[in-house]
Amino acid sequence: MANTPEDLSYTKDHEWVRLKGQDATVGITDHAQNQLGDVVYVEIPKVGDKFETSEPFGSVESVKAVSEIYMPLAGAVTAVNEALNDSPELVNNDPYGGGWMIVIKPDNPAQIDGLLTAAEYDDYIKEEASE
Amino acid sequence: MLKRTPLYESHVSMGARMVEFAGWEMPVQYAGPAPEHMAVREAAGLFDVSHMGEIEIRGSGALQLVQQVTTNDASKLEDNQVQYSVLTNENGGVIDDLLVYRNSAEYFLLVVNASNTDKDFAWINSHRTPGTEVHNTTEAYVLLALQGPRAERILQKLTDHMLDRIPYYWSQRVGVDGVACRVSRTGYTGEDGFEIFCAPADARHLWNRLLVTGHDEGVAACGLAARNTLRLEAGFRLWGNDMDESTTPLEAGLAWVVKLDKGGFIGREALLKQKQEGLRRKLVGFEMLDRAPARDGYPIIAGGREAGRVASGSPAPFLKKNIGFAYLPVEHAAVGTELLVVVRGRELPARVVQIPFYKREKKFD
Repeated sequence: MANTPEDLSYTKDHEWVRLKGQDATVGITDHAQNQLGDVVYVEIPKVGDKFETSEPFGSVESVKAVSEIYMPLAGAVTAVNEALNDSPELVNNDPYGGGWMIVIKPDNPAQIDGLLTAAEYDDYIKEEASE
Repeated sequence: MLKRTPLYESHVSMGARMVEFAGWEMPVQYAGPAPEHMAVREAAGLFDVSHMGEIEIRGSGALQLVQQVTTNDASKLEDNQVQYSVLTNENGGVIDDLLVYRNSAEYFLLVVNASNTDKDFAWINSHRTPGTEVHNTTEAYVLLALQGPRAERILQKLTDHMLDRIPYYWSQRVGVDGVACRVSRTGYTGEDGFEIFCAPADARHLWNRLLVTGHDEGVAACGLAARNTLRLEAGFRLWGNDMDESTTPLEAGLAWVVKLDKGGFIGREALLKQKQEGLRRKLVGFEMLDRAPARDGYPIIAGGREAGRVASGSPAPFLKKNIGFAYLPVEHAAVGTELLVVVRGRELPARVVQIPFYKREKKFD
């Protein structure tokens, strides 16, 4: 069973967001890393890059496949997790902690209310699995 | 309607992720491509490869027909010997690559790619001569591959047949835990190991016994994803990615199975001409110098212009490098040549390296 912390917000593309003041930290969910398998490479943007909601901002690669990662909220990148360059397996081992990918300054922090809660996300992945 | 091997239920009950492959519903992974790959390099892995096609050629003209349609010299084979070979068309293009088993003087078994079985059968049958029978017997066999440094130790626990007397690229009829099998010391992983043919009715018993017997040796059930990364590391070409009817075996680096002096065969004139004129392009191995993996289809820049595309590209779990095959003009094909691979718009450095990327340490031969 996937681990889905209560205090985060989620997208249907399997990103999570942790909003603290003006900083929104973004990563991919435990369910997503589990589906991908062993992550061997993470491509993340540069500090200062700006993206619209749902725009791909990077990609995460397992042995078998490349998956894009999408911007949960429109905004500018204020920090990136450089540790993923040498240790992409952090995405598997600690998806909500050391496996974080970027911090963004959202154009409109209230946009987070449109994302899924943990319970909604769990329901969503169950639906996806039964399709 | 997708075809299923007799082991379909076993795969599903073991939690394998199933995918469509060449018209078959096959396990792509169990524990995951990386751990399965490592199990084969360090212990053993068991694969269901029953989707592979089997074509039987029988009769007094069997050898002559095999000689006519394949590039290698099957007249050199003795009973129970196996040979890697290629089917070529009149232009020298690769219809398929295959294993040729000489089971007896008038009985050859060809093991071909799943995606090409029907095409190969039609092609070979269209060149059939009187006194020769050609049959597609794919569904008469289950084919398992037990691969890895501990494969022999595991299989030996289930048979009295002295497996160390089956050399590389030979086969024997072997009873395995009471099941009549043909066992060959062949594989597509770069490790020692066996491919095991048995009747569909015996498949589940054999599969389960191999997993149970191999448990303490670290055997892992493996899917098609690990099979692909293992074969790439070991430098084995994959038909459809690394060669097809638009490429010749000479361009694919398979000149060692093209015996132009064995007598006439389909494609010989075209291949002889290409050999005399020299190759313009060839398959090379490359490794990425950046962290990003190269994937199938990514453009490759050499000498300042697009010179080819990645034929097969993947992270290599054992080597911990990102490797691939590509066709490049011969002037950019020398080992050490610097290339650029275009990864999502970024030009990242790579270098031509020797094939195979990985070679196991041989304990005998």
